[in-house]
Amino acid sequence: MGFLNTIIQGVLLGGLYALYAAGLALIFGVMRLVNLAHGDFIVLGAFAILAIATALGLPAPVAAMIALPFMFAFGWALQRLILNRTLKDDLLVPLLVTFGLSIIVQNGLLQVFSADSRRLSLGALETAAFNVGDITLGVVPALTFVAAILVLIGLSLLFYRTRLGRILRATSDSVEIVEIMGVDPRKIFAIAMGISFVVIAVSAFFMGVRANFDPSAGPGRLLFAFEAVVIGGLGSFWGTLLGGVILGVAQTIGGSISPEWQQLSGHVVFLAVILLRPRGLLSRAA
Amino acid sequence: MTMLETHGLEVFYRDFQALFGVDVSVAEGETVAIIGANGAGKSSFLSALSGLSRSRGEQILLDGKPIGGTRPFDMVKLGIVLVPEGRRLFPSLTVEENLQIGAEGKAIDRGWTLESIYALFPVLRERRTQPSTTLSGGQQQMVAIGRALMANPRLLLCDEISLGLSPAVIRDVYAALAEIKRRGTTIVIVEQDLTAALNAADRIYCFIEGRVSLSGRPAELTHNQIQLAYFGG
Amino acid sequence: MSQRYVTLTATKTSRVALLVFLAGIIALAIAPHLVPRSLLQDFILVFLLIAMAQCWNLLAGYAGLISVGQQAFVGLGGYGLFAAIVSFGMDPLLAVLLSALCVAVISIPVGFVVFRMQGAYFAVVTWVVAEVFRLLLAQWKALGGGTGTSLPRSATSDMFGLNWAAEVFGVRSAAAREIVIYWAALAVMVVVIAVVYRLLRSRLGLALSAIRDSEMAAESVGVDIGRAKFAAYVFAAFGTALAGALYFLDSARISPDSAFSVLDWTAYVIFIVVIGGIGTIEGPVLGAIIFVVLQSTLSSFGPWYLIVLGVLGIAVMLLAPKGIWGTFSAATGIHLFPTRRRLGAAVPREPDPEA
Repeated sequence: MGFLNTIIQGVLLGGLYALYAAGLALIFGVMRLVNLAHGDFIVLGAFAILAIATALGLPAPVAAMIALPFMFAFGWALQRLILNRTLKDDLLVPLLVTFGLSIIVQNGLLQVFSADSRRLSLGALETAAFNVGDITLGVVPALTFVAAILVLIGLSLLFYRTRLGRILRATSDSVEIVEIMGVDPRKIFAIAMGISFVVIAVSAFFMGVRANFDPSAGPGRLLFAFEAVVIGGLGSFWGTLLGGVILGVAQTIGGSISPEWQQLSGHVVFLAVILLRPRGLLSRAA
Repeated sequence: MTMLETHGLEVFYRDFQALFGVDVSVAEGETVAIIGANGAGKSSFLSALSGLSRSRGEQILLDGKPIGGTRPFDMVKLGIVLVPEGRRLFPSLTVEENLQIGAEGKAIDRGWTLESIYALFPVLRERRTQPSTTLSGGQQQMVAIGRALMANPRLLLCDEISLGLSPAVIRDVYAALAEIKRRGTTIVIVEQDLTAALNAADRIYCFIEGRVSLSGRPAELTHNQIQLAYFGG
Repeated sequence: MSQRYVTLTATKTSRVALLVFLAGIIALAIAPHLVPRSLLQDFILVFLLIAMAQCWNLLAGYAGLISVGQQAFVGLGGYGLFAAIVSFGMDPLLAVLLSALCVAVISIPVGFVVFRMQGAYFAVVTWVVAEVFRLLLAQWKALGGGTGTSLPRSATSDMFGLNWAAEVFGVRSAAAREIVIYWAALAVMVVVIAVVYRLLRSRLGLALSAIRDSEMAAESVGVDIGRAKFAAYVFAAFGTALAGALYFLDSARISPDSAFSVLDWTAYVIFIVVIGGIGTIEGPVLGAIIFVVLQSTLSSFGPWYLIVLGVLGIAVMLLAPKGIWGTFSAATGIHLFPTRRRLGAAVPREPDPEA
């Protein structure tokens, strides 16, 4: 019974990791950029929601809704002003520039918000729970999982049912050919980063209501996002859900043995996957 | 009436120079073929016209206005569209989606729509929901041409469109090209298949080592002249 | 007309530079006699950062391997040192060497894992690996678990070379300890620079610069890229661990968070290489000096200081990606440590500037 409960908590945690991973996978898919500041931007999003909620005296979910367009604009501008300049053949520049951004964001948050741990408040909902059979599910973890599924459905619809999605997929196939078809890839990259930041904002909200966060929490989120992407296999949004769930389950099982083993067991499962199936579990050609 | 001209066009790839002062002119409505051996600079020529390779402004003139160095996506807006060597379809898109991407660059409507492309290549209509990777080489070439047409080009650039295709399929592709020309599109083809090029073109230019070695109307050139210009002497 | 070509790996400036370099080392070796003790600590830090930066540069600037997990080897080097001293009572300097050798051995299976991923993915996997080691060592209760531990004073009281340094410089044992570590750090820096330099001018170096220019070209001349990269990775682990172990011998205190800090051991090191000039031997030297000067003057500004470092690093990456030395070198043609083979005409030697 306890074991089944552990698995289910892990699956729900996996929903959060799928949210982290979806934004990272989107950017890698469209422009082959691994954004090393992804985790820090999630934390930045959480602080932004917190600041809006505090300043305007609004509940956190409303503050998150307000943050969404701003996060889109921020991602769009980041891509247009900085990241588009890094995307040449070279691998080094985009990696190191996003690594630099990670340091800047962490320390900017530290300067503005101090090193204290914060949390987004949902009032009574935070501790609310419901029973499914003998299993007790927290409302917030369950909502996170539902949100992850909704975000993935949304991204799938966007990518496979819209004109923009068609261009995004074509860009992912070949930037050069998209260019000779009359599309300015820099504009597409900026829109993609904007969308990624919307997903980041959603992840930030759920991270902030599920657990405490502080300015140094970013790199950890990046690693979880990355692990979920790789475990699930590249090039598939639903792979991020699988990857997130596997990572979440590995962590909760590890954590149920000993708290120190929570993160460690997630990392170990990830390393095992890249040893056995370096292209991920859902990849066709392994 | 001259539509496009190059003047002393030079193309560099880092330290390597591919074209040394190429002068070519293309009149409205005609089909011009660029022939030459491997490495003669034919593809570099199209690469410069499509904006993929850098060139200086006055080296390429469209209606007398300098357009050299224009970015590829803006070249498309000017009506210059490339069918790249090797087809280069988007593998994760269906046939129809590939065609639809072509329409992204449309600036002026010249009558090319999904319908007219399916009329030109009826086989594509049957395959329109299939992933582009499941098509045969000839069908892929049709999609590549159709995709470029969806941008409604004034000037269609075709890079080695017969490469790897059987003679029967080459005939079909060139028949389509003739139809495209008949509808008023100006065409520049780069072609290794001499027979196909000479049959399709109003005029040819032969390149050798990055320079023009011969130009003229196919009917006015002798076999020997072409041989000499092709292989050098 | 036929002309003979030779490959040139030395320049006239480079021979002069070698002499200056040797003179510099001798001057640095006797420096403890001349400079105040407080400055000695800065020198030690510069030496160790140069060694680490050369290692990172060997990977990123030559082998095309971008690691953001070099802190794994710093931390392992430090913990290996503490284990050897605390558990076996080994001589500290011997323990530094032994620890680095062990880390080099560990880096082989680690390399086997991280080399499963390429490009940007390689980078993140090295980071995950460093996290794994941090979490594992935080569970090593004998070395203080998550809070870490300190070296007992007795551990270094009869360190190799201590009495000699005390006699020569006429100082007490605390100062002598610092001098011995200073010498060791100097030696580590010289050895790492010398090995990286030799490596780059050897067949392996040719392989690595061929990788940097084009993997396909490298393969076509029959260079085994995989082995060359792996060798670079293992040596970088060794050099980084050597410097890391010495750092923690000097500070005499270690904790998982300080030993496996991505900021201290990877972000700073990357900053040093980027500012100085990636893909050169001179760049990291210059970068490390600039970094330590910046740190000692600006670090009191806290987060602002790190924001400035980040902005500076990004600005250099975007505007002058060759860094200070690379930009200078490209403008003047001066190479103190020429690592690229250049094709030159055997006769005549003098190039015609008008040609």
